[in-house]
Amino acid sequence: MSTVDIFKQLASVNPGEALYRRLVTPEIEALFARIPKPVGSFGYDPWGYNENAAKLAVGIFRWLYEHYFRVTAHGLEHVPPQGRVLIVPNHSGQLPLDGVLIGYALATNPHGPRAARAMIERFFPTVPWLGNWLNAVGAVIGDPLNCSKMLEQEEAIIVFPEGVRGSGKLYKQRYQLQRFGNGFMHLALQHRAPIVPVGVVGCEETMPSFANIAPLARLLGLPYVPLGPLLPLPARVYLYFGEPMVFEGSAKSEEEVNARVEQVKERIRELIARGLKERQQIF
Amino acid sequence: MPRSVSHKKTVLVTGAAGSLAQRVIARLHDRYDIVAVDFRRKVETDAGIPSYKVDTYKRGFEDIFRNHRIDAVIHIGRMFAHESDRQRRYNANVLGTKKLLELCRKYGVGQVIIHSTYFVYGASAYNPALLDEDAPLKASEVTQDLVDSVELESLAQIYLWKYPELHITILRPCNVLGPGVRNTMSLLLSRPVVPVLIGFSPLMQFLHVDDMADAMVLAFEHNRPGIYNVAPDDWVAYQVAVQQCGCRRLPVPSIPPVLPKLISNALNWNAFFPPYLINYFKYPVIIDGRHFRETFGWRPRRNLNDIFSYYRKAKLLA
Repeated sequence: MSTVDIFKQLASVNPGEALYRRLVTPEIEALFARIPKPVGSFGYDPWGYNENAAKLAVGIFRWLYEHYFRVTAHGLEHVPPQGRVLIVPNHSGQLPLDGVLIGYALATNPHGPRAARAMIERFFPTVPWLGNWLNAVGAVIGDPLNCSKMLEQEEAIIVFPEGVRGSGKLYKQRYQLQRFGNGFMHLALQHRAPIVPVGVVGCEETMPSFANIAPLARLLGLPYVPLGPLLPLPARVYLYFGEPMVFEGSAKSEEEVNARVEQVKERIRELIARGLKERQQIF
Repeated sequence: MPRSVSHKKTVLVTGAAGSLAQRVIARLHDRYDIVAVDFRRKVETDAGIPSYKVDTYKRGFEDIFRNHRIDAVIHIGRMFAHESDRQRRYNANVLGTKKLLELCRKYGVGQVIIHSTYFVYGASAYNPALLDEDAPLKASEVTQDLVDSVELESLAQIYLWKYPELHITILRPCNVLGPGVRNTMSLLLSRPVVPVLIGFSPLMQFLHVDDMADAMVLAFEHNRPGIYNVAPDDWVAYQVAVQQCGCRRLPVPSIPPVLPKLISNALNWNAFFPPYLINYFKYPVIIDGRHFRETFGWRPRRNLNDIFSYYRKAKLLA
């Protein structure tokens, strides 16, 4: 081979492309080919989801899922392979890692992969890069109109009804469900969407928070700033997907909605209790 | 008085010098008598189409209604921010439309099509996607320079509910692009180097000007008064669109938020990247065009690639 050829070959190596190929393996490509998700001519959907970005995210999070948190998922067969559904887990661990791990579990579900959507806080779109990236991998701001239109388009949506009350709670309150917002139940009733309850065990131990540094949080405009480890600890995470719960009819009062939300909370409590009982080791 | 003797309906088209209006006129003129008006210049048109240079908010405008029996008005004419100062623009866009609607009442015009814009929804970080026609119009929250767009809309809506005999149809299209289009987005994508905000690439919708002309003609001929978003079922991120149009990206610092506005002001980017539209290059305003598509059975016939390839080719020829 002449020197010129060697140079030509070197010039054609694209490190970005090579890295992309290493992360987005043929298995991931095959998974996405099975996902029932309509996109436009450039691979986008109206909420900014982008197929290529989602593939890349699955490639990156695989390491986190399999090697760092060593996640075990039970009951994935309960997630319907298509059609509208609300995935409702408990929220914990300061960072929304539970959402990431559930999203990965759903995207790689052997019983039928789904590109799940997650509802996120409203300040994210104002953060450069992060806002676009979150949209590209499927997250959208938690506006009821978004949720409603997504259900009409048969999407799978991850909702944390506890919101920051759940993720920001202290270590001493671990595995205690905080107050649930009722929005998800209204949407489920309105659009006749089944609810898949999820118990997440292990995320509480990834980032135990001993106090909330409230003045700093106020200063930064964040909901909370935990006093605890700076990076998530490698705790084992267990996901328990429950059987879909279908609520018929429309609620006549907020009290009736509350009663149904209580049923969902009760199911999640049972799933968490099962997870805690079956857990052999935390790390 | 040269009253029309034919049995054809007479349609007044404003903004006749623009490429959208010319396409609408071309589609209508064998079936209707057209009267073309524009505030910029007297438009050269086919034989048999009377053409006037007139400001809609001035008195001379009424003569057109006196001299022709106008049956319908297609109001496309709009003064862009780069064409004049805020005061004159307000006069032309808001007071001009008010005058036009008043004349429509006075002379018994039976149908009015108003060409609005998706800008009226306002670009905010809190926008949900797929905005319906009943979403609040928050553009004036973003900037005073869009107050005229929102007021024009509100005015048209008041007339829509108050005077149903005018049969008003308000169309809110997404970004309209294509040969001859001189709006902000089209001027922007015609440039070799295009500003983009660092870290922001909002999702956008684009429509070919020929498809928009088809949509206007459909809305006119089917006459189903109301408010409609006009947009395709396809979406693309701004920075991808910029590259697809063969433009090179010029990264502009996006934080703090006032910085890109200062830069745009200082470099006089008013025609293609104006300070008051910065937010539209930062946050998505995605509208739901389903209501229009289903009511009128309309589908755009040109896809995103058809739209972008025009800008790509124009650059290669330059």
